[in-house]
Amino acid sequence: MKVLVAVKRVIDYNVKIRVKPDHSDVDLTNVKMAMNPFCEIAVEEAVRLKEKGVASEVVAVTIGPKAAQEQLRTALALGADRAIHIETDDKVESLTAAKLLKRVVDDEQPGLTILGKQSIDTDNNQTGQMLAALAGMGQGTFASEVQVEGDEVRVTREIDGGLQTVSLKLPAVITTDLRLNEPRYAKLPDIMKAKKKPIDVQTPDALGVAVTSSLNVLKVESPAERQGGTKVASVDELVDKLKNEAKVIA
Amino acid sequence: MSILVIAEHHNGQLAGSTAHVVAAAQAIGGDIDLLVAGEDVAGVAEAAAGLVGVSKVRVADAGVYAHQLAEPVSDLIAGLAGEYSHVLAAASTQGKNVMPRVAALKDVAAISEVLAVESPDTFLRPIYAGNAIATVQSSDALKVLTVRTTAFDAVEATGSATIEAVTAEVDNSLSRFIGEELASSDRPELGSARVVISGGRGMGNGDNFKLLEGIADKLGAAIGASRAAVDAGFVPNDMQVGQTGKIVAPELYIAVGISGAIQHLAGMKDAKVIVAINKDEEAPIFQVADYGLVGDLFEVLPELESKL
Repeated sequence: MKVLVAVKRVIDYNVKIRVKPDHSDVDLTNVKMAMNPFCEIAVEEAVRLKEKGVASEVVAVTIGPKAAQEQLRTALALGADRAIHIETDDKVESLTAAKLLKRVVDDEQPGLTILGKQSIDTDNNQTGQMLAALAGMGQGTFASEVQVEGDEVRVTREIDGGLQTVSLKLPAVITTDLRLNEPRYAKLPDIMKAKKKPIDVQTPDALGVAVTSSLNVLKVESPAERQGGTKVASVDELVDKLKNEAKVIA
Repeated sequence: MSILVIAEHHNGQLAGSTAHVVAAAQAIGGDIDLLVAGEDVAGVAEAAAGLVGVSKVRVADAGVYAHQLAEPVSDLIAGLAGEYSHVLAAASTQGKNVMPRVAALKDVAAISEVLAVESPDTFLRPIYAGNAIATVQSSDALKVLTVRTTAFDAVEATGSATIEAVTAEVDNSLSRFIGEELASSDRPELGSARVVISGGRGMGNGDNFKLLEGIADKLGAAIGASRAAVDAGFVPNDMQVGQTGKIVAPELYIAVGISGAIQHLAGMKDAKVIVAINKDEEAPIFQVADYGLVGDLFEVLPELESKL
């Protein structure tokens, strides 16, 4: 079974973001970029499926500018066999991303497609579900455990208040949650080897998908600043303030 | 305009979140219908009919909707969506599972975690874990939204909508429900707890998280952790509060031994009141804390527990 894993290049999770002075967007000039953390978990899961002998091949795919190949190289260093880069400098909304990935799914026919549940830039949490809808597949979102059994995959999902287990007919789409696994770090020899693994570059045009959006971002603002900084001298004072000033405990 | 709100329910009970989503629908304005999809949900429909502002409750009661799996429920909603200008659900794990699938079936965008309604086609939503707020305008004829329920005050339950059955036929060959394991702990769930107490690297090790438990029991709090504590192996990843973990907005958030890295602040800065306990008085967490206590957590925590 082939496993397709989608990764996204996003701002590094440790970077403090700044809104542009003209409020058009967040300023990404000279900012450290990295693979989206939930995508790292997706790559790790795909690689583990291969190590267990469940997956025969792991293909990584990304959509984005030329620089996004860095994240594909990371995926290759972590154990993906080859990669597909859908190159575009345009902003790609979830629905368009799902349409592009659907085209890749049509070509590659993976048994499983694994994505992060959301990217930490747009925080949409949509692409996996949309891909599943377009491909007519079942979806195991927010997965914390994945087990392939015959022609089905059993997915334990993190839901509000606990866990839910569903069984999906293969092929299926899975999106990862935090508990699924702990991603490994790439070793230097693997990073060197990854440089020789193939990346197939495609374009949205060639795939027959128009990069359009029905969503127009009118402005981006910083949220209201918190006014903190008050100190209390003792536990007694803290308890008193919480009871009588903030009134958040009884 | 007419709006379809997807009711959320568990074990035959209407979830409180639905009343907040109806409030968001009222902010958009228009006729509001509510959809209850599930198996044996007559009681849920009756409760839903009481929500102020709802004119009609539509009930899809069938075995195929049991456990509200995404595949059949989104087929059902997509089938009804043509009658509406907006479809809304809570930005819960259920809403987030189903609504993007609905949007893709209808070939429209989905808008996640709506914080405010500026006009029927323009909405505010958080990006970068709430470190920026985007105002987005949709040109789709159908708007598919999930709503951050804490951003809208719940409507009252003094109404009396009509109830009508939906007889759409949907089948599901893609997914099967296997089981559910709901947290049986008396402690509330992190995402919806009124009080959250979190430990960071300053806790020293996993055993020391027990120091938080007594306080959590007294306050009815959920226990969280910073990414540093998770990366150090003290506690499992599902306890992580932050940009790469859970985003929480409780009434009271107590950060213990947490320095206040940006990625952690992103997950908790919408708490109403923040308390920080840290021995380093320069720790950035104090800049956002309403009440900061500089001290050794191993002395402060037992004292705090005894005085609550």
